[in-house]
Amino acid sequence: MARFLLRRLGLVLPALWLVSVLIFALAEIVPGDVARTILGPYATPDQAAALRHQLGADRPVPVRYAAWLGSFVIGRWGDSMVLHRPVRPFVLARLGNSLTLAAIALVCVVPISLGLGVVAGLNEDRPVDTAISLIGLSLTAIPEFVSGVIVLVVFGVQLGWFPIIAQPPPGAGPVERIHDLLLPSIPLMLVLFGYIARMARAGMVEVMASDYIRTAVLKGLPLRYVIVRHALRNALLPTITVIGSQVGWLVGGLVVVETLFTYPGLGKLIYDSAVGHDVPVLEATALLVAAIFMLSNLTADLLVAMLNPRVRYSD
Amino acid sequence: MTSPLLEIERLTVSYRRAGEWGTAVSNVSLDIGGGEAYGLVGESGCGKTTLALALMRYLPRNGRIDAGAIRVEGEDLTLLAGEALRRWRGARLAMVYQDPAGALNPALRVGDQIAEVYRFHRGAGRTEAVRRAADALVKVAMPDPDDIMRRYPHQLSGGQQQRVVIAMALAGSPRLLILDEPTTGLDVTIEAEIIDLIAALRAEIDASILLISHNLGLVSRMCDRIGIMYAGRIVEEGPAHDLLHAPRHPYTMGLLRCVPRFEPGKGRVRLEPIPGALPFLGDAISGCAFHPRCVLAKEQCRGREPELFDVGPGRRSRCYFWEDVPHMPHTYPAAVSRTGGKPAETLLKVRGLRKSYHGRGGDTVAVDDVSLEVMKEETLGLVGESGSGKTTLARCLVGLTVPDAGTLIFAGSPAPWKGSRRGRHVLQAMQMVFQNPDTTLNPSWTIRHILARAVQVLLHLGGRAGQRRVAELARQVRLEPRYLDQRAAQLSGGLRQRAAIARAVAGKPALAVCDEPVSALDVSVQAAILGLLEELQATEGVAYILISHDLAVVRYLAGRIGVMYMAQLVEIGDTEAIFAGPKHPYTEALLSAIPTIDGDNARPRIPLGSDIPSLAHPPAGCRFHTRCPRKLGPICEREEPPWQDAGQGHRIRCHIAPDDLRKLQTAGGGQE
Amino acid sequence: MAAGPAGPVPPGGDDAAMGGAPAGGVDAAARRVRGRPVLGRLIRNAAVLAGGAVVVFWIFAALEWRVITPYDPFAVGPAHPLASPSRVHWLGTDDLGRDVLSRVLAGAAPGLTIAPAATLLSLLGGTTIGLVAGFHRGLVDDVLMRLVDAVMSLPVIIPATVVLALVGRSTTNVILAIAVLFSPLVARTVRSAVLVEREREYVDAARLRGDRSLYIMFFEILPNVTSPLIVEGTVRLGYAVFTAGTLSFLQLGIQPPSPDWGLTVAVERAFVQIAPWTVLAPALALASLIIGVNLAADGVRRALAE
Repeated sequence: MARFLLRRLGLVLPALWLVSVLIFALAEIVPGDVARTILGPYATPDQAAALRHQLGADRPVPVRYAAWLGSFVIGRWGDSMVLHRPVRPFVLARLGNSLTLAAIALVCVVPISLGLGVVAGLNEDRPVDTAISLIGLSLTAIPEFVSGVIVLVVFGVQLGWFPIIAQPPPGAGPVERIHDLLLPSIPLMLVLFGYIARMARAGMVEVMASDYIRTAVLKGLPLRYVIVRHALRNALLPTITVIGSQVGWLVGGLVVVETLFTYPGLGKLIYDSAVGHDVPVLEATALLVAAIFMLSNLTADLLVAMLNPRVRYSD
Repeated sequence: MTSPLLEIERLTVSYRRAGEWGTAVSNVSLDIGGGEAYGLVGESGCGKTTLALALMRYLPRNGRIDAGAIRVEGEDLTLLAGEALRRWRGARLAMVYQDPAGALNPALRVGDQIAEVYRFHRGAGRTEAVRRAADALVKVAMPDPDDIMRRYPHQLSGGQQQRVVIAMALAGSPRLLILDEPTTGLDVTIEAEIIDLIAALRAEIDASILLISHNLGLVSRMCDRIGIMYAGRIVEEGPAHDLLHAPRHPYTMGLLRCVPRFEPGKGRVRLEPIPGALPFLGDAISGCAFHPRCVLAKEQCRGREPELFDVGPGRRSRCYFWEDVPHMPHTYPAAVSRTGGKPAETLLKVRGLRKSYHGRGGDTVAVDDVSLEVMKEETLGLVGESGSGKTTLARCLVGLTVPDAGTLIFAGSPAPWKGSRRGRHVLQAMQMVFQNPDTTLNPSWTIRHILARAVQVLLHLGGRAGQRRVAELARQVRLEPRYLDQRAAQLSGGLRQRAAIARAVAGKPALAVCDEPVSALDVSVQAAILGLLEELQATEGVAYILISHDLAVVRYLAGRIGVMYMAQLVEIGDTEAIFAGPKHPYTEALLSAIPTIDGDNARPRIPLGSDIPSLAHPPAGCRFHTRCPRKLGPICEREEPPWQDAGQGHRIRCHIAPDDLRKLQTAGGGQE
Repeated sequence: MAAGPAGPVPPGGDDAAMGGAPAGGVDAAARRVRGRPVLGRLIRNAAVLAGGAVVVFWIFAALEWRVITPYDPFAVGPAHPLASPSRVHWLGTDDLGRDVLSRVLAGAAPGLTIAPAATLLSLLGGTTIGLVAGFHRGLVDDVLMRLVDAVMSLPVIIPATVVLALVGRSTTNVILAIAVLFSPLVARTVRSAVLVEREREYVDAARLRGDRSLYIMFFEILPNVTSPLIVEGTVRLGYAVFTAGTLSFLQLGIQPPSPDWGLTVAVERAFVQIAPWTVLAPALALASLIIGVNLAADGVRRALAE
């Protein structure tokens, strides 16, 4: 097991390093002259040079990269060029918000989609399966801004059941928080449902067709017992991987939803900082999201490995 | 005459594929008495597994029982459903499957999987069920049952897994035990142990047995009565010994003539493949199912399908001309004489071949210091079970795998090991035939393209000259030209293997390494391919290294045989010298493990301990000592055995001198 | 009546394993055969038909909207801004008085140009990477796959946003961004398939007859990888439409006054409470196109799996 973990880390770390290079390149190299971008086209060369020196942008590229990466790792994420405040505190605050939204979406959607996916898999090709599969397929296809707008209009505006700006007051208890954040989490749930249900269904279908389920049935075991004890565990392992891979998106990829509902999350932060050329914020947030994505994938893989005796007890 | 335990009456089962229904089992009736062992024999597509699944009422969604009754102790299973059916399964009827690894749930401990049967069928509580599961493991001769109980299936060997499956099946004390190809895929020596186990258990348990297999030898060892299935029908049935020695159906006779056999004093009996091809599962048949391939067929056979006639005490045959079967004419064309008396010229010499793989626990040596020679136009057989290293050896020889050490001398000059460094002439001269007909040909190309490409690259023949060579190759391997423009997926296994052989001889090689060329084929097709190989050797003068786990196949074609065990060569010599004379104890055990039809099942079985050491940590000294029935003593554990000379190039690697071996082996009985 | 594999009946014969029909039911003899039967099954699936019909409709709309509607999507009509749907304007007008129906019909064009182009590019790029990585393994594979992991570690929106915001917003850039960001997923799929194929004996046989690696990669392995590739391509197409729509909603791609759906939703969002039809129409249009593509893709996938 430990060996497995080490091997996995050995794969993750180089990838993480590569992402940091990509992010740095995108943020600082590609757009060209940082100083010009900030000051605008009418700045004099002297002003541009001065700003460049102040930002440290006149140092050679590898040095800049190393400096940035080094300070990121130790927690010094610099200051926002737009807000003139330290980056880390408010990025972390936004992270908290994103995590809350993600948690609500996951907690609501995972049980339903697993359940329906399993039902679909058990009734392969029957009307129940077709219905669930097609609905899942359709829901996944709806972009968040589409479902978000519809939900906003119907439940927020016309019916007025939920607030259209998702910002629970600071002292709000968990129930109120969930209530206020329910609308923005619905588009997320719709997208996730399709993925998870489909994976659960596929896993179930494959497992039910396997030889060891045949053995279990022909041993005279009751069907319900066979499904629960023999099939479920093997069938749902792949869904863990899928869910793990979605966490990255849930935390950092929700620009649209956050924009629609004016929710202060990481996704919107990246968008704003990209559009506003606030490089330190952009870099720090992007790298943070990438790290979270890889961490959640690693966790999912570890979980699967622990639940799979073939990996856990491999000699 | 007590009423039979199992009565199958006019059972018909169909499948739906691509919207159309085809009959897989047609009007089958058979009885099995209490305590009797019945063997159901047939090749692919005959419907035997469908029959077994129908008995257990586990047909897939696209299958159905059209008609007929299945009565076990009087009760008709076809009428049961739901809870009643569940109570039958596992308790009155139990099944043992072909692939034991797949049959066990990889996520549950083995002990739990056995205990379940006791909990649900015997109403045992959890602790009691576990205890009884451990007892069940003892009954199937599993060493250290408590340890095994806690393991997961992937931590067990193939033989151990199958024992677990058998224990699970017997746990419910079934009245009928169905075994569907229970030993296919297991090593020969393990297979023999499992069969012995079942035979031993028969005496203890009070169950009837239905053994389904394609292997006539296996069935003859275990069963009282045999039924032969063809195209979904029973074509002959009778007591085992009578049926196998005096068959009354042309198909049975054909099958018997397909199996490599040896008569004492006469040497090998010529193989006669059955002309034509097997029908597909579910094909429509008019008249007698076998008539398109039958030598005895007449007009009558084409029109109306014969019934099962009574042709003797307890014997039935589905043939109008069953009386003519004993005198059935042989269909094999002129004999191909084995070249004898040719001056032996060395074609290939290998010295000190060694290949190891880096694993997690250290290095595993797959081939350990093997040296051998192959002469021109001869066939060297290489025999061994899984882990013996024979496939790795083959791949090194043809250049697909690069060994760690060793020298290779081909046609007099040293050759590099890496395939891409060998010149075109060497590549042309040394080719390979692979094991799996499904993946040996690229499914995206036509046969013609594949052969043309081989001809192009090996012989630099393109255009019309290339096409001519392709046509010639097809003729040589008896592949009808119409198949050339089809893809592999549209051809049967036998035809695919023919195409693969054509590809191998495209460049007129001097040596073809055949790695289990017939293992994945049906018996009747095996005979045809073996005959083809023989023919090609005579006409083209190609030498073979024939790798197989099947000693009978190797014996048929090979002039010399090498035996491998755990990455080492342990014996090498002329075929007949090995069979007649002293042999390495492993070879001896291997031989005794092969089930044959020839009535010598009285030959004493040499059991091997089932403690197979892992290749990553081979035993010290002689690697075979942990299982060797002729182990001398501590010397076997300490020292590697030397090569002993048994005369005429026959060498045995053992601490026991050849003469002593001969004495021991003759005294113990069991001469081939 | 041959109940063998649908299509040309193999001339009788055995098949692979000697043991007869496996319990999965269908005999090992049932093989995939290309050709007409695949189409037959496609047709039988009603949902696939519906999906395909929707896609065809939007393609038609993108090309021939002039045939359907008399209004010019760009014609500003200050006289009736935000008019409700009526017999004159079936879907009403937007804030600049333009006919919503015309804009919705014409708005199919941008998405239908961007998505297929981006998908095709990603298939090309991804296949090359997957093929090279899967075939060569070793260091090449490790490096390429780490690169793939790196790109995949950010949800597509993030790098797309960054690139477009910093480099420039244009249709070409959107296509390129999506293509680059989708390639890793394609590469993953292709690589998996290649890993399986390279272990097959026909690859060994090709090596044995002296074929070089390049030939084997493209002419022996690639043809057998097309099936998963097609499936992946159809899936990617749906996501490409999805992503293009989202990017234009974020106003990172095509610019006003294009009738592109995502852009329209973004622009008209301010009026959602008084004139919801201006937002709902393009939103539902986009959703319908993506669903249509997905349903059709599902049908293709099931047909190929037969």
